[in-house]
Amino acid sequence: MADISQFSYEVAHLIGATVLMAGFQLLYQRRLFAVLNTFAFQALALAAAAAWQAHVQHAPHLYITAAIALVFKAMIVPFALHWLVEKLGIHRSVETAMSIGWTMTSGVALVALSILLVLPVTANAAALTRESLALAMSVILLGLLMMITRHNAVTQVVGFMALENGLILAAVSAKGMPLVVEISIAFSVLVAMTLFGIFFFRIRERFETLDLNDLETYRGDRQ
Amino acid sequence: MMGHLANFPGADNPLLWILGVPLGSAGFLVVLKEWRVATWVNVVASAITFASSLMLLDHRPAATRLLFIDDFNVYLVVLTSFIGLTTAVFSAAYIARESEAQRLSDLHLRFYHSMYQAFLFTMLLALTANNTGVMWVAVEAATLTTVLMVSLYRTREAIEAAWKYFILCSVGIGLALFGTTLVYLAAQPVMGDGADAMAWTLMIKRAHAFQPDLLNLAFVFVLVGYGTKVGLAPLHSWLPDAHAEGPTPISAVLSGLLLNVALYALLRFKMLIAANGQALTPGPLLVMMGLSSLFLAAFMLYRRGDIKRLFAYSSIEHMGVITFAFGMGGALANFAGLMHMTMHSLTKSAIFFAVGIISQNEGTKRIADIRGLTASHPVLGWGFVLAVLAIAGLPPMGVFMSEFLVVSSTFARQPLLAIPLALGLLLAFGALVSRLQMMAFGEPPKVVASHGTATTFSSILALTPLWVHMLLVLVAGLYLPKELVAWFQVVARLLG
Repeated sequence: MADISQFSYEVAHLIGATVLMAGFQLLYQRRLFAVLNTFAFQALALAAAAAWQAHVQHAPHLYITAAIALVFKAMIVPFALHWLVEKLGIHRSVETAMSIGWTMTSGVALVALSILLVLPVTANAAALTRESLALAMSVILLGLLMMITRHNAVTQVVGFMALENGLILAAVSAKGMPLVVEISIAFSVLVAMTLFGIFFFRIRERFETLDLNDLETYRGDRQ
Repeated sequence: MMGHLANFPGADNPLLWILGVPLGSAGFLVVLKEWRVATWVNVVASAITFASSLMLLDHRPAATRLLFIDDFNVYLVVLTSFIGLTTAVFSAAYIARESEAQRLSDLHLRFYHSMYQAFLFTMLLALTANNTGVMWVAVEAATLTTVLMVSLYRTREAIEAAWKYFILCSVGIGLALFGTTLVYLAAQPVMGDGADAMAWTLMIKRAHAFQPDLLNLAFVFVLVGYGTKVGLAPLHSWLPDAHAEGPTPISAVLSGLLLNVALYALLRFKMLIAANGQALTPGPLLVMMGLSSLFLAAFMLYRRGDIKRLFAYSSIEHMGVITFAFGMGGALANFAGLMHMTMHSLTKSAIFFAVGIISQNEGTKRIADIRGLTASHPVLGWGFVLAVLAIAGLPPMGVFMSEFLVVSSTFARQPLLAIPLALGLLLAFGALVSRLQMMAFGEPPKVVASHGTATTFSSILALTPLWVHMLLVLVAGLYLPKELVAWFQVVARLLG
């Protein structure tokens, strides 16, 4: 890791912070399409992060991860969700379980928590890995927070994908970690399945407690 | 079907067969149109897998970067492929009767059989993977295949259960992946970049040099992540729904096998932590989660109206007991945990076999509507009684013996912990026995419910796996072969 210059470190840091910023933005968007656009932006930033790591680490396979993030997550998924929202007539505005103020405060607390947890335990690791890991863990926790505070099936899926962006960010930052490409493919399959599920089973809104009664207007696909 | 494998240089490697046969047949079953043939292809493929897994017992292939077999996973591979086979036999009878009742279309059945083999493949891959990343991908794929099978009936409840299972377990395995990444980061300075720092066999030898702080953080994520899939409280809420709404053969393999595989993943990480020495002791965390699962499930058992949910909660209870035993650690408690894992798998899948036939016979899953089973269907009824008494922990069955070992080993070391443990087990015992009384005895309902045109052959076929399992559990309770005991002891020492 000695060959990593100050410049490449700062660029990696900047891109990682962009992913985190998008994670924060996801928390307070009130309109569904805005949520989708923000998610696309986050995926774009993730693609840049993966490509930069591929360049810095001389690990060409990470370019594939970057390509998956760019094509699948930043383009196909937001587009498909956009289409689903229109097709299924899902409410365009999003309710949240907590007020935005509280959500943001919890978000900040989670970021502080990840920095406090990660930085001391990675004292021996290279700076590049340390900071990216702290950023990645923050993104993961923010994704979880989003899944908890949003009621709607689509926003929950977006929350899950934001969480997954954090996981991929962590995996690309871990120097020389094998199987990163396979893992991002596995996740893409998972996400594709979810979209498929929403579409075919017409899961529309309000999964407040993920409880049966909250499946508001279920229509079976073959009746 | 798998003849082309013989041309490969490693065709005498049983691992290749164990993984290749389920994967190949999953592909083959997708295109096979006739479901009657498919049920038998499913059985034959599972039988070949089981036979190959038996070959592992005397010929153990050398570990590679990708796959390995050691004392610990070999027994789980054999157990998994055995229950895979018996469940395939049960499934053949179950599917025949479901199809008569026209609850499933041909397309669904094709899909079901293919997914069944794919599921076996992913579980066996997770068990034999010598790489934390491959193991993770396999567990993730196992989640996907089971989600598809849980939603098979396409009822509102089934979709709901599948969705819940999907979201919760996806988050769970997401967190497990973060834990896996952290373990890699802990190993990487010692092992160097690349696959070496993810291989179990290599990591365990040099785990003492890993960074303990990073391992601690990693273990928390792995515990929450894979713990969700084990169904440990408070992360269990997907489990009862997924068990209740899917086809019953799937409930049997979910309870009997998938929970074990998730626990296996967790235990591998625990072994790494234990080999490190300076990291946290995972014991108390596991003990706490085990006890909370046991108590939560024991209380929930009293209020269940649905027969499949009842036994799903019983699975949470037993996974709690097993986790508790491994959390206590030490040779005896680990031995008890391993034995309980085996006994629970055999007994619980037997119970689900019985439950599957019962709900088909009676046309309901409501406990209140099921009465007098021993009078109306003696062979099934008494098999069911035997299985439920076994899972409740009555001697002389194997489950009693392993539970007794867990309690007594705890009592010897931490008497205070033994009290809540015994209390929880008694609570669960009471719930199960009172439910059993209602279902098994009393006047059977006058109207002979939708018996269908089930042939004698298919009812014998459906009942055989149940009785085979119960026979094994009974024999294990009375007499364990010396070799098996010695082997369990070796593994118990490995687990630390």
